Amino acid sequence: MPGFALLFLLIGLGLIAWLSARARAVMLGKGAGPRLHSVPAYHGWYVALWALVPALVFLAIWQFVAPGLVTDTVLSSPAAASLPADAMGRSAILEEARALASGELAGAFNPQSETLVPAFASASRFYGWTGTALALLLAFAGGAFGWTRLKRDFRARNKVERVVMIVLLIASLIAILTTLGIVLSLLFESLRFFSRVSPLEFLFGLTWSPQTAIRADQAGSSGAFGAVPLFWGTIFIGAIIAMIVAIPLGLMSAIYLTQYAHKTARRWLKPMLEMLAGIPTVVYGYFAALTLAPWVRSLGVALGIPSSSESALAAGLVMGVMIIPFVSSMADDSIAAVPQSMRDGSLALGATTSETIRKVLVPAALPGVVGGVLLAVSRAIGETMIVVMAAGLAANLTANPFDSVTTVTAQIVQLLTGDQEFDSPKTLAAFALGLVLFLITLLLNVAALRVVKKYREAYE
Amino acid sequence: MRKRIARRYRSERRFRWVGFAAIATSVGFLAFLLITMMGNGLAGFVETRIAVAVDFPKSSLFLDPAALTGAGAQAALATADIEGAVAEAAIAQYGPDGADLVSEAAWLRVRDAIADDPDMLQGRKSFSLPVSGDLDLAAKGDAPPPVEARFAKLKADGSISRGFNLGFLTGSDATDPAAVGIWGAFKGSLLTMIVTIVLAFPIGVFSALYLEEYAPRNRWTDLIEVSINNLAAVPSIIFGLLGLAVFLNFMHLPRSAPIVGGLTLALMTMPVIVIAGRNAIKSVPPSVRDAALGVGASPVQVVFHHVLPLALPGILTGTIIGMARALGETAPLLMIGMRAFIATPPGGISEPATVLPVQIFLWSDEVSHGFIEKTSAAIIVLLVFLLAMNGLAIYLRNKFERTW
Repeated sequence: MPGFALLFLLIGLGLIAWLSARARAVMLGKGAGPRLHSVPAYHGWYVALWALVPALVFLAIWQFVAPGLVTDTVLSSPAAASLPADAMGRSAILEEARALASGELAGAFNPQSETLVPAFASASRFYGWTGTALALLLAFAGGAFGWTRLKRDFRARNKVERVVMIVLLIASLIAILTTLGIVLSLLFESLRFFSRVSPLEFLFGLTWSPQTAIRADQAGSSGAFGAVPLFWGTIFIGAIIAMIVAIPLGLMSAIYLTQYAHKTARRWLKPMLEMLAGIPTVVYGYFAALTLAPWVRSLGVALGIPSSSESALAAGLVMGVMIIPFVSSMADDSIAAVPQSMRDGSLALGATTSETIRKVLVPAALPGVVGGVLLAVSRAIGETMIVVMAAGLAANLTANPFDSVTTVTAQIVQLLTGDQEFDSPKTLAAFALGLVLFLITLLLNVAALRVVKKYREAYE
Repeated sequence: MRKRIARRYRSERRFRWVGFAAIATSVGFLAFLLITMMGNGLAGFVETRIAVAVDFPKSSLFLDPAALTGAGAQAALATADIEGAVAEAAIAQYGPDGADLVSEAAWLRVRDAIADDPDMLQGRKSFSLPVSGDLDLAAKGDAPPPVEARFAKLKADGSISRGFNLGFLTGSDATDPAAVGIWGAFKGSLLTMIVTIVLAFPIGVFSALYLEEYAPRNRWTDLIEVSINNLAAVPSIIFGLLGLAVFLNFMHLPRSAPIVGGLTLALMTMPVIVIAGRNAIKSVPPSVRDAALGVGASPVQVVFHHVLPLALPGILTGTIIGMARALGETAPLLMIGMRAFIATPPGGISEPATVLPVQIFLWSDEVSHGFIEKTSAAIIVLLVFLLAMNGLAIYLRNKFERTW
């Protein structure tokens, strides 16, 4: 039976279970004697859960078990006797026969797989119906079990609420699982990478050219995985150029909006500033590559500096603009958190507004601003599309902003979007870079949160 | 003394002016970016058409109108060389370079027209077909002089017309910039977003409820909170690596399918929903909970009957903002292979697909000049959707926001 039909049938059964159990509870509650412990709807939920959950859990497991059972049956059928002995060839034919039987393929590449189609079709039909029958049986058995427990003093609500709590707990555990998944997958692949390339070479080597690793007979076939040029490029674009743009603009925007701007102006300007953060990075990247990069290049040529068509400056400038709302909202928050008494004291001594801002508010809010900048740096170095599109892929170790540099994120994209076998050092290097990126952003975030927290405590 | 005051006031004005300049620069950049995209992209919605008269009985097309009714019509159309017939007609009408004047995909329109009305095969019929990429650029004044001259001649003959490029909204990716459309990518985005919201919304809301209402203060809860706060700050490309390692290489889900993209983006969006949800739940006053508990509701009833409905507008606002971010996300989807050339819209969540931002990225990489306006046009479509989503979020916030 097709999956969707079965699912609908099960949900229908659950509905019937809910309705009938509720009706039963209403019946139980009639007449003299103590009241029902739970309202009838909870009895309905209780039986419906018993009818649905075991059946659905069984179906989920069956999805994984059934293909293996089908293959085993086909292999033991007489048609499979002539299959090649090696595992590779056999599984290729089996896969093709499976696709033919399920209608995914119209014609066979290998004539041998044609002979297996009837066996496959009958086996998968058999196991499909077995699964359906077992699921329905479980649904009925579960529902019946739940039904027998309905009584006047049955604590249905407590049981149902316990299930709800378990669901909530599982949902919140997914965050831990995701973090664990990230850490484990990055660590696992990185360890495989570091078993081929020494971590010291990776962290301190000055040459990055993973492309040479494609062919074994080439000179330098092991590739060069010195990631320092990438780290430098990342810092150059994300932490230097972008911050030179974002910190003054973001901080001054926040100061103007909170201290000077008229209320109506603020109501219009603030969402517009926030819109900068809502524009997809691919749009920024396209803008940087298409509009800004040629200007930057001609500027560089005019200044007599060696320039390339993809430059650190174009990418960094646009990234800085992207980060402005981020810096400005953090600065906004921390300036607003400075106690009013400090502001009033400064004004009462005769300081002008700008003197109050410069000498009192900003110094007092500085830890918050620094925390915000750290968060902004962590976001800038993790940014991908702008650098992929505008900064280039040449791993140069240069301080010339008009030259092309590359970053960790751009290289991850570059390494993983070719047609590479999965365990070449080239693809594994992407995970090692990802691990470094993950650790650095994590460190920056923890540091930023700690700074902000400490500062909050100082004023509370 | 007076001099000093004057100086201090001057510096006050200067400071104020610097602040204004800062915000003006930021907003000016935004305006400049939007205007540039508009300027480049609006032309992408306009297509240039050329009139081609196809004389079916005289053409090399052997198609019997009778074969095009009932069963077998699809097969008959698929085997007929309509492309050749159109090229032939164009050469007959415009000279040896005629076949290069019409777009590579123009014959598809002829095919669709024949499928709609097989009787036209008995006579001569004039079609208004999209022109090739070069000629289209010439129409927009952006092509080499010989092509421009050819275009001017055609225009003088009256064979050129212009119109709204419906094909851009209904088509899919193609090699010819004049024939590309965004429907395929849009549908991919839609399917991906459906998977994302179906997974991220319940999980996010449930975790927010658990953490805010029930979680005991212990080490486990701290661990969950730290994970969520960190996940919200992890660069998106790391989620792409996770998707590649876990969903593709470990679980063997289909490559470049919306289900994998949706799963990856759901993991990315979930922390955003949790954080927004917790803030919304926190802002529901304790008196509501106390009153419900006081009249005998159980803790689960308090939350699901009273707290959750009151917090829902705030949660929805956060969800929409998170979804808008997911809709514009490119990098993680590149990691899981959603960058293939896909010329047909995906039929389901397990078929190869691409999404709008990735399509923009792919087109931006094309060398052909005609892709510039198409890229910008696709950006306009994407921005319109993002603006609509953010506008909806702001509307919800203003309409349902309550101060207690």
